[in-house]
Amino acid sequence: MTDSMALLGPALGLSAILFTLGVAGVLLRRNVIVLFVCIELMLNAVNLTFVALAQLHGAGGQVMVFFVMTVAAAEAAVGLAIILAIFRHKQSVDLQNINLLRG
Amino acid sequence: MTEAVFYILAACAVVTATMCILSRSAMSAVLWLTATMLSLAALYVLLSAEFVAAIQVLVYAGAVMVLFLFVVMLLNLGHPTTDMRGPASVAATIVIAGLLAIQLFALWRYTPARLAGEVAQAPQFSDPATLFVAGQIAREEAVARGVVGAVAAPLFQIYLVPFEITSILLLAAIVGAVVLAKRRI
Repeated sequence: MTDSMALLGPALGLSAILFTLGVAGVLLRRNVIVLFVCIELMLNAVNLTFVALAQLHGAGGQVMVFFVMTVAAAEAAVGLAIILAIFRHKQSVDLQNINLLRG
Repeated sequence: MTEAVFYILAACAVVTATMCILSRSAMSAVLWLTATMLSLAALYVLLSAEFVAAIQVLVYAGAVMVLFLFVVMLLNLGHPTTDMRGPASVAATIVIAGLLAIQLFALWRYTPARLAGEVAQAPQFSDPATLFVAGQIAREEAVARGVVGAVAAPLFQIYLVPFEITSILLLAAIVGAVVLAKRRI
């Protein structure tokens, strides 16, 4: 038992709060870029869970954080390129104007 | 002392994340998220994951957020009016996020002692003696080989194949981003 292990429960609670804030942001906002920012917030909340549990269950949790970061970086690059392409077509980043798939 | 620092940083993270989802312009949302990530990096140090904290500052708060800032500046959105959804959506958000928060917040009560107690009551599922062995080994490894070595050993031994697959993912992301961002699509 180390000192920081007492923080396990609070760290998991904090990640729960941050994840909920990210979900609320995705549901509340219409700006695509802000939506993307909220997704990054959720990924960070999950990373905090991995790191908090890594001190209990071994370094595999920290390794998983690297993979999450890699996927997040790739996702950000491709997603922002898609946003740029859509902006060139529509001159807008508002979700109300982006309804190509609505039929 | 550690707990006090933890709660200060946790308050910083929650406040900056709230400002991030409520701020009107995309620019300030990105900057608030950067602040959240820096508080999280400090929290990682408290949770004895120093290398992850360094990577968080370099890759996340550094590279990814700069990419976001580039795009926000490139689009030149100006000073937009609020892009919040209508009152019906706000009510739905409060209900959904509230339910989610109630469910996830049960994790608050997860402590090593509680987990050990539950396993001791049902030893047929998991041996109580080996419950926290992996964490103990990781701590000894960190003392013996340094914090980077403790992470590098599993990364390049157990998780070698996922690590190599990651390079293909990054290559695909680079090609995809270049193709999508070209002028004519």
